[in-house]
Amino acid sequence: MADEMKDIVLKYVTAEYLEDGADPIGFDTPLISGGIVDSFSMVSLKRFLENKYKISIPDDQATPEAFDSVDKIADLVRAFTKA
Amino acid sequence: MSNIGNYEERYKSFDWSEAAGELDYQPGGVLNIGWSCSDRICEMGNGDKTALIWEGLGGAEKKFTYHDIRRASNTIGAFLRGLGIQSEDRVCLFMDKVPELYLGVLGILKIGAIAQPLFSAFGDESLFVRLDNAQTRAVITQKKHAPKVRKILDKLPHLQYLIIVDHDGKAPLKDREVVFSLEKAAPVETLEIHPTLAESPSLLHYTSGTTGLPKGVKHVHYSLLAQFMTAKWVLDIRDDDIYWCTADPGWVTGTSYGIIGPWSLGVTQCVMDSGFSAEAWYKFIEKHRISNWYSAPTAIRSLMKAGEEVIKKHDLSSLRTLASVGEPLNPEAVVWSERVFGKAFLDTYFQTETGSIMITNYPGMKIKPGSMGKPFPGTTAVVLDPKTYEPYPEAGKIGLIALKPGWPSMMRTYWNNEETYLKKFKNGWYMTGDRASIDKEGYFWFVGRDDDIINTGGHLVSPFEVESALIEHPAVAESAVVSKPDPINMEVVKAFVTLKAGFTASADLDLEIMNFIRKKLSPLAMPQEIEFTDALPKTRSGKIMRRILKAKEWGEEIGDTSTLEND
Repeated sequence: MADEMKDIVLKYVTAEYLEDGADPIGFDTPLISGGIVDSFSMVSLKRFLENKYKISIPDDQATPEAFDSVDKIADLVRAFTKA
Repeated sequence: MSNIGNYEERYKSFDWSEAAGELDYQPGGVLNIGWSCSDRICEMGNGDKTALIWEGLGGAEKKFTYHDIRRASNTIGAFLRGLGIQSEDRVCLFMDKVPELYLGVLGILKIGAIAQPLFSAFGDESLFVRLDNAQTRAVITQKKHAPKVRKILDKLPHLQYLIIVDHDGKAPLKDREVVFSLEKAAPVETLEIHPTLAESPSLLHYTSGTTGLPKGVKHVHYSLLAQFMTAKWVLDIRDDDIYWCTADPGWVTGTSYGIIGPWSLGVTQCVMDSGFSAEAWYKFIEKHRISNWYSAPTAIRSLMKAGEEVIKKHDLSSLRTLASVGEPLNPEAVVWSERVFGKAFLDTYFQTETGSIMITNYPGMKIKPGSMGKPFPGTTAVVLDPKTYEPYPEAGKIGLIALKPGWPSMMRTYWNNEETYLKKFKNGWYMTGDRASIDKEGYFWFVGRDDDIINTGGHLVSPFEVESALIEHPAVAESAVVSKPDPINMEVVKAFVTLKAGFTASADLDLEIMNFIRKKLSPLAMPQEIEFTDALPKTRSGKIMRRILKAKEWGEEIGDTSTLEND
């Protein structure tokens, strides 16, 4: 389940935010601090996670740190899907 | 003692000829920003001094001395000349904050061509309207951004060259594509500098308008005098300083104060080409012993949100001058920075059109948190009565911020749009489009925009441009775009949308429309919220009344609704 979620998020981030021809990213690639996803685009990534996993992530927990890699995003989503 | 010393005395006595003298510029003579920011510093005996420390992803680091940036900009200029690029041709730089962007600007200016930097996160539609309007002849880009240009190449007959700076040879080059590698190119020691004069065009920066397409703001080489002087007196840059401007050269701050200001002063500057993280930013300041830091309210508020524990982990004692630009800096941020860094962020105000800082707080001058400060020496700023376009004689009245034309970095026109340019002047004043009041001590206090333009995170977004893009989505029938308050970005984009028959509002459609705009225009223009509605408020003549929607978002009085269609 966890790996499946990470695969889905990775695929989405790659399709939506990576330029064509950019180097591939991994589960631990820095997304926000690495400049792949900017703070404005983070809103659409949050919306994707909320739609996909039927969760609501409060704004104060949708921080650049919590969204900084697919691994971290999966941790965040798991915390809300369990709750 | 700060560089400016006593502000009041400077304001009384300053004349722009003082800046000309410091730059050894003789009126009527050759003036070239590219040369002034590199060769001139080398001729002053500082060629071996570090000009640029660049850090990219994963800790990659590059350093350039002033001799290096002189040679690199010569090399880029010679390459462009070899392609047939001539003076006044527009050359676009569409790149992340890589060294080639900074050095490319100097190289383009050295051959007398016009540098047109564009924000690398722009989508293909945003890119197209700007390249089309400027009739750009060449685009310099990275392989990761090239696909966006390729997508619109067929619609751009004037675009002759797509120059890729990091081509790895894996994919074959396509039509009009050429490769330039700064590392592999033979360094050009001597380049014939195009004899640009004060009024020769230098840069073309695009800015959003209330209606119509983005406007290309044309600047000239004479702007150097203002960028040099303001960097010296406001950012307080001195010979041994280490300076960091966080702005992207796709925007005016990134060229005026990320290239021209610091390098014309011969200082060492740092560039960080990666995304935001409080930890990474503080580490960067500590590692490079940064003394002068020019940033933006959005970043400052994000740092405030990250807390103070992360600050305590770093030695930030090198910081001496902190300044902010892009949108008004809230008083809490000024007070916070004074407490945690021991220095208040100095709020500065200028626009793409003004080219350099116009109204600002100064090192050594009393700061009133939340105030814009006072006009820069050599400029006249007033608040006009919106009915008469005459300056208010008394303090405290809210009116329109206006500037007396004539400062060196004032825009010379909007590219291919002289008519709109002329509308920026009323009664002999340049109208900024912003509202403010002036207190009894002469401090300006920002109130807001005088139009519908959205200032999100310090970047201007045109509601018209977003609305036009929205109705290109197959589900959207009509749209209205306004700002809504945001604790970090001051304002963000909100869209009200009516759907075409056969489409139903849903969370997935909401996301699809957001991503549609992000890719077409830019992440800045992407609505952070979309509200699906059955109808939009309109006048009886059918014009959408944005102000009603905006007033609701901001919790303000709706005002006169007598012309509302369904009132």
